[in-house]
Amino acid sequence: MIHSLLAVYYREMLIMRRRLTRLVPSWSVSPLLYLIAFGYAMGKHVAIDGHSYMEFLIPGLIAMNSMTQAFAIASEINIARFYWHIFEEIQAAPVSDFSYVAGEVLAGITRALLSTCVILILGLMFGVVLSCSFMFWFGVFLNSFVFASLAVGLAMLVKSHGDQVLLTSFVITPMAFLGGTFFPLENFPVWGQNLVHILPITHAAKAIRAASLNNILPLSSYIVLAVTGSIFFIIAVVCVKRAKD
Amino acid sequence: MITVKNLNKIYKSIHALKDVNLDVKSGELFAYLGPNGAGKSTTIRILTGLTQPTSGTVTLNGFDLKNSSIKSRQQCGLVPQSINLDQELSVYENMTIHGLLFRMNKKERDDKIEELLNYVDLSARSYSLVKELSGGMKRRLMIARALMHSPSVLFLDEPTVGLDAGMRRKIWALIKKIQQQGTTIFLTTHYIEEAEFLADRVAFLDTGTILVVNTPSNLMSSLGTWALDRLIDDKMEPIYFNDREEANLYIAAHKDSFTLRRVNLEDAFLSITGKKVK
Repeated sequence: MIHSLLAVYYREMLIMRRRLTRLVPSWSVSPLLYLIAFGYAMGKHVAIDGHSYMEFLIPGLIAMNSMTQAFAIASEINIARFYWHIFEEIQAAPVSDFSYVAGEVLAGITRALLSTCVILILGLMFGVVLSCSFMFWFGVFLNSFVFASLAVGLAMLVKSHGDQVLLTSFVITPMAFLGGTFFPLENFPVWGQNLVHILPITHAAKAIRAASLNNILPLSSYIVLAVTGSIFFIIAVVCVKRAKD
Repeated sequence: MITVKNLNKIYKSIHALKDVNLDVKSGELFAYLGPNGAGKSTTIRILTGLTQPTSGTVTLNGFDLKNSSIKSRQQCGLVPQSINLDQELSVYENMTIHGLLFRMNKKERDDKIEELLNYVDLSARSYSLVKELSGGMKRRLMIARALMHSPSVLFLDEPTVGLDAGMRRKIWALIKKIQQQGTTIFLTTHYIEEAEFLADRVAFLDTGTILVVNTPSNLMSSLGTWALDRLIDDKMEPIYFNDREEANLYIAAHKDSFTLRRVNLEDAFLSITGKKVK
């Protein structure tokens, strides 16, 4: 099982290594623009719970970016499936559905962790030093686990690369803006706060922000992420099994 | 080696395979011949575990495909119709990933990569990216990759589609060489001359049904040895003869224009199915 998991992971890593010079700038552009526009220009004189807006924003950006980068594995899977037909090569090999999903999810998590490093470096350039404790990285890991597992499952359900783009627009983009990444959720009415607490990204932003600003850790958010990730992972394994026509 | 019993595949309203029964012997080169849409690729996809059959059983080297799919997959090498190589990776990396997927250790992998790239004449391109290779090189690489884990059965789904005549001949020589080393080969093709040149036995498939299984020579000799093609109403109609003398007498007795040639496998296909292989 480990052998085939590592084979799937190794393949994704080789591709990522080959594209790294293009990926790192692409991981930097959006966060840099958010930091300049929202953090530096608009939020210069704003303070939230005793922290500068930049200190509030960067953990939110990390939650958002780790979500989008982990979810981006879906595009890689679909390119491999619809354009290069590599999925057939893996399906024809003695690789269990579990190993395949685990390998792809691990690749999504790696991608998310690397993009987090890029944001931390950008934060340093803006003079923001966050606490990168174990619980900070654990929060990023769980958030990536949730969205990479969701990505693998959805990648098996879509029938074309176009459908994948639609899913990103309708699922990921709203979460990126509504899950407490850019503003405190207390600004929402109570019903709105309850609603956004259904979203895993809300829990990820809470956990990552608390850990990076040395606040009290919301353990319930870590539990929600771990449980949601596990459920999405199991669904992804079922979806891979069903992808055989 | 490969035993298929009462195999059926239904896609929504399309009955793609209808009660297919096959028995491929160890070391045999078995060709599966039929026009586009006959069900050739569907059969290969089922035999390699990529598609689930609607009903029927498949046994591969003694392993039931349904109950021991991982073990039976270990026995198979697959060269699909479409190029399914990682274009952004090198030849060596593509081979390595395949070796890892089939649980080979580093020494085994490296030895086998060296041996196979020599075998398919690609050792000089080991570190080239796949996207830099020609169509023929990619096909040869796909065959080498499928042989990485020393499968007992090699499935080749239209292995020469889109290649020029010269490259097609090179691939044929390679396929023959692989068979001579003891590998059972299951080949689908719609190039009739490919089946005629390579196959020990051939199955004619049309609209999901196997019409006949026999050796190419038996199928051709059942019609005769020589064929006379004559044009009737814009359609080429062949007439078959057992010897050349008989054919020459026929030409002398008729005023039409004829082309005399040897009977080929396409004649057998045409006489059984009533249509050409396209």
